[in-house]
Amino acid sequence: MPHPAARLNTGKSPERPVRPTGPGFFLYAVSIATALLIILPLAYLVLRAAGADGAVTELLWRPRTWEILKRSLVLAFSVTFLSTLISLPLAWALERTDLPFKRMWAVLTTVPIVIPSYVGGFVAVSALGPRGLLQQALEPLGVDRLPEIYGLSGAVMTLTLLRFPYMLIPVRASLANLDPSLEESSRSLGKGSLETFLKVILPQLRPAVAGGCLLTAMTALGDFGAVSLLRYETFTWAIYLEYQSVFDRTAAAALSLVLAALALGLLAMEGRTRAGASFYRMGHGKRPPLRPLNLGRWKVPALALFSLLALGSLLMPVFILLMWLVRGMAAGEHFPGLPAAMVNSLCISAAAAVIIMGAAFPIAYLSARSPGRLIYVLERVAYFGFALPGVVVALALVFFGIRFIGLLYQTHALLVAAYVILFLPVALGPLRAVLLQQSPRLEEAAYSLGRSQSYALTRVIIPLARPGILAGAALAFLVTMRELPATLILSPIGFRTLATSVWSASSEAFFARAAADSLVLIALSSVPMAILIIKERSRREV
Amino acid sequence: MKEALRMRGVTKRFGEVTAADGLSISVEKGTILSLLGSSGCGKTTALRLIAGFETPDEGVIEIGGRTVYGPGICVPPEKRRAGMVFQDYALFPHLSVSGNTAFGLDKGPRRSGRVREMLSLAGLDGLGSRMPHELSGGQQQRLALARAIAPGPGVLLLDEPFSNLDARLRVQIREEVRDILRRSGTAAVFVTHDRDEAFYMGDLVSVMDRGRLKQTDTPYDIYHSPDSRFVAEFMGTADFIPCKLADTLAVTVIGSLPAGGMNPGSKEGLEILVRPDDIVLTPSASGQGVIESGIFQGSSYLYRILLDSGETVHSLASHSRVLGTGTRVLVGFDPHYAPVFFRNGSRVR
Repeated sequence: MPHPAARLNTGKSPERPVRPTGPGFFLYAVSIATALLIILPLAYLVLRAAGADGAVTELLWRPRTWEILKRSLVLAFSVTFLSTLISLPLAWALERTDLPFKRMWAVLTTVPIVIPSYVGGFVAVSALGPRGLLQQALEPLGVDRLPEIYGLSGAVMTLTLLRFPYMLIPVRASLANLDPSLEESSRSLGKGSLETFLKVILPQLRPAVAGGCLLTAMTALGDFGAVSLLRYETFTWAIYLEYQSVFDRTAAAALSLVLAALALGLLAMEGRTRAGASFYRMGHGKRPPLRPLNLGRWKVPALALFSLLALGSLLMPVFILLMWLVRGMAAGEHFPGLPAAMVNSLCISAAAAVIIMGAAFPIAYLSARSPGRLIYVLERVAYFGFALPGVVVALALVFFGIRFIGLLYQTHALLVAAYVILFLPVALGPLRAVLLQQSPRLEEAAYSLGRSQSYALTRVIIPLARPGILAGAALAFLVTMRELPATLILSPIGFRTLATSVWSASSEAFFARAAADSLVLIALSSVPMAILIIKERSRREV
Repeated sequence: MKEALRMRGVTKRFGEVTAADGLSISVEKGTILSLLGSSGCGKTTALRLIAGFETPDEGVIEIGGRTVYGPGICVPPEKRRAGMVFQDYALFPHLSVSGNTAFGLDKGPRRSGRVREMLSLAGLDGLGSRMPHELSGGQQQRLALARAIAPGPGVLLLDEPFSNLDARLRVQIREEVRDILRRSGTAAVFVTHDRDEAFYMGDLVSVMDRGRLKQTDTPYDIYHSPDSRFVAEFMGTADFIPCKLADTLAVTVIGSLPAGGMNPGSKEGLEILVRPDDIVLTPSASGQGVIESGIFQGSSYLYRILLDSGETVHSLASHSRVLGTGTRVLVGFDPHYAPVFFRNGSRVR
């Protein structure tokens, strides 16, 4: 007999065929709606470009297009190449040698990702540009011209210094997971450490390096902040110019399509390297770590290299920002727009983070629990934003918004929609990981105790997924707050965020204001970053 | 209506593999059925079909007289009243012992009373505010059981619940679990790959192989009167010795036995099943066999004897008498042995 307190489901209600563990209709509906939100604007962008008759082909065959393509590829290649060159020895030194202060270097070589590229661009211009800090300092010595910072060299330097961690992080992880016995056997076969690195380690790192290359290249290709401030006309900057000043929307659409095609091509390649990358994680069980290699007399050059990098990518930029701020304050400068921009940034990022999590959860849950062809496609689509540059997404939404949902044009809703498209993958990662770790037995236990799916979701699955939900939300918040191009294009009139004010202040050479906004932005984005790092550490120690 | 669970012709295919092939089971109220089979034989799938976590391709499943799967009917798991105890317990790590136990109970004045009753049944009195990770392995096991019994399920499904415990604890826990099940009066299906566990827990034992039920019987009968060679060998060491019928006697190389009222059909190819405990050994220079090996098993020795006629038989002998390899022995039947006849791997009745 069931206990009276138990839920009695033996009532007379007619029993219709129901799939036993099939997730609710609602979750599918939200996932499909999210996928449509991503697909439809892009599809319309294609349609619109195609609808412009021969104009598009004509536009695309202009020599200018080839110039832009060439510049974009040169930038992406240079940044990727230099990042690889820096990251390989750095990763090796961090994982395999007795380098002093390893923990500190590990943090210092990761943190630069927090600095938005437009802040980097601003720092480069204000420090190394004409009438910048360096020139002012050198003026008494009779130097009145510095090597040109605008253009390729400035953009490559800025992006490399800020984005090399995209290469370093996967390479380090791969190196840490490598089976140490391979290296030990190479050494025992009489190979020195350099030869071992080249012949044994490097081939094993190939998937990680390939993945890092694609990630770095995608970042460089999609970057708007640094290239716009350093006036190096790649696709993103060209699209923005066409859209903003010339109002030639068809040209902007055509260029966007080329960029989107490039980016999605890279994304497809990235997926392939990831699929093949599993072999370096095959080892399981704990092996004693390798005895770190004694750097000996190489210790000093290694430390010098690390210090130089930390100085260039992190300490100098922060120092320069502080310097402009102090100078501005000494000169009695006011920062009237700052509080409003701060509130705007916090509010829109928080709202976006919540909505992104709401959109990410159904897809992550379905892909973890009931993978099928439909879910696979939805998940692939959800990852589009990972590759699509902000400019492209923003333009697609502008066209789509004006044509189909005119009421939404120039509203916060459209801006948040752009954030959802762009940053869904950021939230999906941690969420999916935490859901995959959860044993499906827990959910089945809830059902076998007579509970419905929504009860199981709210009482078991979501409470247990909280770490992943928080991590995903923190990341989504962080990247939303830094986002520039979509915010510039889609913000309602008069809506200024920290990101847009840094950009406009530095393009108009209000260096002190730009510095103040940048510092507040970096400080605010450090909070979720710090939470994530602390959480990660405490999780590891448990 | 006495049956807590009834399955008729339940079939489930995963691609090429038929994990459940026409399963028909019935479990009476207040009894325990052990589902015994080697890993991958489909016994866990059978449980998941009952619980509703998998959907059968064919067949009918009834729980407490109510059809939960059949033509046009598929009741979702949460409405089947099938409690489940998982192999890894699946305790909710974020809920206390009481919270876990109360999970399947609706809010109301009776809930806390029922929780207390369950905790006391499971010997967890006073531990209600502990978290699952603060419990010992045995306590976690009993909590999983208490949680599953609390809503008063029509049938309780236990999926290898002792496999995570070490051998010594396992014997103790299975006593406790059987005791709790008996006292709660819940009908249960207990899945295991361990013969001793199946015998200990089950009123009836079903042997499963490649998705099919081979035989369902009491532990005694399934051991001593298996229907097939497969079941006989699965139950433990089994030797088959050729025999001939002469009038009312069954004649073998190690002696003759009354054949009982057996109707052999044909006289060709008959064999009898002997278990090690059916064979007695006497050292004798005129014996029909030689000891090939002796395996020490603690309280006894298991000997393998090569008969002069070429067959091999096993014998279980007390540890107090040790026979060396090569000793010639006289092999005979235990006086209580009643022969079970086989032909072509199936029992002849």
